[in-house]
Amino acid sequence: MENLNLFIRSIFIDNMIFAYFLGMCSYLAVSKNVKTAFGLGVAVSFVLIIALPVCWCINQYILVPGALSWLGEEYADTDLSFLGLIMFISVIAALVQILEMAIEKYSPSLYSSLGIFLPLIAVNCAILGAVLFMQQREFTNAWTATVYGAGSGIGWLLAITCLAAIRERLAYNQIPAPLRGIGITFIITGLMGIAFMSFLGIKI
Amino acid sequence: MNVNKSLLPLVNPLSKDNPVIVQVLGICSALAVTAKLEPALVMAVSVTAVLALANVIISLIRNTIPTSIRIIVQLVVVAALVVIVDQVLKAYNYEVSKALSVFIGLIITNCIIMGRLEAFASTNRPWASFLDGIGNGLGYGIILVIVAFFRELLGSGTLLGFQVIPQWAYEHGYQNNGLMILPPIALITVACIIWVHRSRNKDLQE
Repeated sequence: MENLNLFIRSIFIDNMIFAYFLGMCSYLAVSKNVKTAFGLGVAVSFVLIIALPVCWCINQYILVPGALSWLGEEYADTDLSFLGLIMFISVIAALVQILEMAIEKYSPSLYSSLGIFLPLIAVNCAILGAVLFMQQREFTNAWTATVYGAGSGIGWLLAITCLAAIRERLAYNQIPAPLRGIGITFIITGLMGIAFMSFLGIKI
Repeated sequence: MNVNKSLLPLVNPLSKDNPVIVQVLGICSALAVTAKLEPALVMAVSVTAVLALANVIISLIRNTIPTSIRIIVQLVVVAALVVIVDQVLKAYNYEVSKALSVFIGLIITNCIIMGRLEAFASTNRPWASFLDGIGNGLGYGIILVIVAFFRELLGSGTLLGFQVIPQWAYEHGYQNNGLMILPPIALITVACIIWVHRSRNKDLQE
């Protein structure tokens, strides 16, 4: 029950894009058509689902103060928490590298349409952001972390797919010249964010 | 404008080639920390410092990094710098460090930094890279400060925590616009800045 609640919350209320603005760069750049946007969304969700439990274990068994006590008594008061950022970003970069090879092998068309944005998932703030939020909220087990990762990923997927669909339609509209392109995309994202705020306070 | 050519990397990003509203980089943090002016200022200074130093370091070792692993090298350099900034902030300004929470860590994945390292520092000399870093940091900072100024003024009636809207205004029925505090409004504020900026620079319009 607790986990289901977390899952729903991370999709709708704590949505990575609309509540925290994480992963905006690729969100704005890759949302020109629905198919590519969906592919990127799935890739990001996949990385999130794997990265979160892995980083949770790293955090729990290596980084937090006293975490190294399983190595022996003399390590009981080591505190490696300042290494967190570097450890997390390396895990994410490695995962993205693996994902890139997998996509190149199994779906060359998606690989070529994502182009530079595939390796850039490594620096997608949504992923590092989710890992840091996980660390901050002190989840009690790896399963909760996985659920949070899945929820955040699906929330991101939902947001980018919606925006791509709206932008496909926008191509036929008359927009004031200075707002064309990036300006109107910002406004749309803002309005979608306000719409998403109506989910605030939902509890299961 | 008539400026010395060697200063171009410093001046260009301020308006014509602004990282946030023209190159569309580093949006994530630009929007999330702008509900109040003070965190926005701290964020701007931190990003400028990290960007300038990372640019210089990468520029110094640009000929020794093998191309295939350059992203990882860049990430590690940036991550190390961000850890330093994070620890300094925790030591000297714990309140703001709390308010910025994960966004200091997220400087690592700030696209401005990776973007400038890729596009500029890996092919230019250290001094030019340093200027480019400072310039882009300031260009990012300007947008942050403008957005935060309007959001704090209209949303809370304060600037840097000081009451700006006088008490009598409230007594005559003035109310803070709670909408300005909400995250989505940051996007719309940036859109307004883009609108004004592109109306003045016709060549940027699409």
